[in-house]
Amino acid sequence: MEFIRNFPFFSIMLCMFCAIICSVLRRKAAQYFTLAVLFTVMILSGALLYNTYNDGGSFVYYMGHFPAPWGNEIRGGCLEAIFALFISTVAFLSVLAGGKAIEYDIEDKKENLFFILVCLMTSSLLAMCYTNDLFTGYVFIEINTIAGCGLIMVRQIGKSIVTAVRYMVISMLGSGLFLIGVTLLYTLTGHLLMSNIQESVSELIRTGDYGMQLTIVIGLMTVGLAIKAGLFPFHLWIPDAYGQSNVISSSLLSSTVSKGYIFLLIKIYFRTLGLEAIEKSGVLNVCFALGIVAMIMGSVLALNEKSFRRMIAFSSIAQIGYIFMGIGIGTKEAVTAAIFHIFAHGLTKSLLFISSSEFTEGSHSKSIDDLKSLGYKYRYSALCYSIGAFSIVGFPLLGGFISKLLLGGAALGHGPMQWIALLALAVSTILNAVYFLRTVVYLFIPKEHVDENNKSADHGDHDIITERAKNNEMEKSEKLLQLPGMHCPRYVFGITVLVLLNFLLGLCSGPIIDIIEQGLGIFD
Amino acid sequence: MWNLIHEHLNDLVAVALFVIGFGDLLFQKNMIKKIIGLNIMDTAVYLLLASQGYIEGRKAPIVVDGVRDAAAYINPIPSGLVLTGIVVSVSVTALLLSLTIRMYRKYHSLDLDYCLMMARHEDKVNG
Repeated sequence: MEFIRNFPFFSIMLCMFCAIICSVLRRKAAQYFTLAVLFTVMILSGALLYNTYNDGGSFVYYMGHFPAPWGNEIRGGCLEAIFALFISTVAFLSVLAGGKAIEYDIEDKKENLFFILVCLMTSSLLAMCYTNDLFTGYVFIEINTIAGCGLIMVRQIGKSIVTAVRYMVISMLGSGLFLIGVTLLYTLTGHLLMSNIQESVSELIRTGDYGMQLTIVIGLMTVGLAIKAGLFPFHLWIPDAYGQSNVISSSLLSSTVSKGYIFLLIKIYFRTLGLEAIEKSGVLNVCFALGIVAMIMGSVLALNEKSFRRMIAFSSIAQIGYIFMGIGIGTKEAVTAAIFHIFAHGLTKSLLFISSSEFTEGSHSKSIDDLKSLGYKYRYSALCYSIGAFSIVGFPLLGGFISKLLLGGAALGHGPMQWIALLALAVSTILNAVYFLRTVVYLFIPKEHVDENNKSADHGDHDIITERAKNNEMEKSEKLLQLPGMHCPRYVFGITVLVLLNFLLGLCSGPIIDIIEQGLGIFD
Repeated sequence: MWNLIHEHLNDLVAVALFVIGFGDLLFQKNMIKKIIGLNIMDTAVYLLLASQGYIEGRKAPIVVDGVRDAAAYINPIPSGLVLTGIVVSVSVTALLLSLTIRMYRKYHSLDLDYCLMMARHEDKVNG
């Protein structure tokens, strides 16, 4: 047990050093090295989870052996461990499955730089997850932003540069607000460590001093992190960022990076400031309201979207709304549901992004209309994509169903809130079903049907020569289609594991909910 | 009133600077002005931190002439935070500037909205 307490530190440092070493490796070596490190982190997090869950407690690890008010601390409990396991699993599977896409998205001899970013991002997420110190949290937020910016602009096309600039500007607004929030909190309490802050804040609440200032601090931190996570009114950068970049980047950004900020926010709410201060400030109602609006608006925007990957990105906005709605309800069940939704959405979204890449790369088109009958060509991807879509819509047996069930159950018994929450859940689910099942139906339209439609569209005054030319062109494009392709054993393995994990979340949700509840229980 | 302002002058200036910087970062179209806004915003936070950590009549916490009493020195943590913050803001500024250079090379403009429009147009042309 004593040795296992080093594991959080090991995982953060392993990823950091891997990032440094990747800068001198060749591209294949960098890729395999990153995969190995991510796999190791997965095992370390798994071992930590097993231990902390059986142990039932949490521990504090002094960095550099300086005790509490002076040193920097890492805290490990089963919630942190399962979140770290989630991050490393998604990162490992994304790199494993999307590895082929790197070859044609990134300039030659620069592939190793991409893996620096992946490692840096994972390590900063792990640090945000484990840290017990708010200022360390801020520093790693910035590192994460920088890595995320790099991930967005790995494809060196014009739009990705503009998107990256926009992402940076909006993120800087968020981190500026968060930084001043931390500063004000430090001047109020005199501490930066989460557990010490909690003592001071409960003292402040007991005496009733500085109520206004505490509210301002909570507001600043919430808005700062909500901007970074991409909650509804601050979502403008999401569709471009997820829709433009490389497959691995989109998968990592949507399923882990935004969730890291939300996890930090949960830690700040329930561990640093305490539920009492949060409830007093009324910020939970704001989270709830914005979450509801995001659930509806994200789905409506996705419905109107013509581009395939951007549609999936818009659906992320709706899913982040679900999570904020759960946090906004504020009870233990609701936060458990929100955290479960973080996992369910993360695993589903990475599956969707990766399996959809074969259609977009294969058909050289981003449009949803061009998906028609591609399901027959890329059978396995289409099958996995459909399972992901079903999970997001909330079909039973899959992760999305359980999280919606938990969210709905947690909303019950909260007066007028419950009707709003349940109605929003229902409307958002229907909209989800409309736009996701539309793509699934498009994928499986029989081929003859599409050809007939095309023929009837331009029938009339075309003679044999143009017909022949057209056929030739079709053959050519068919050949072109077969050139790139994501299909290779590791891709199949990666998305298969993601599908299985989705089923695991749906079928064995009990133990996972137990872990989350236990982790939340020992948060204070 | 005047006394109150005098007492909290640093805080007031910090808040004013923060608002100016935040507004610049949010509303300016020119990338360079945005980056200047970012730096003003960060500087405001450092001013707030440094002034909160300073206690009138005390020295920097470096033992020189054998005085070991904590009451003789200021709290070193805010200064440490300012230094860390400066490092973060320098690296972010460098990254943003390099991105701006790339954007300028591509679209010959520093106007973010214009570049976004051009990029969208380009996207449409390419399908």
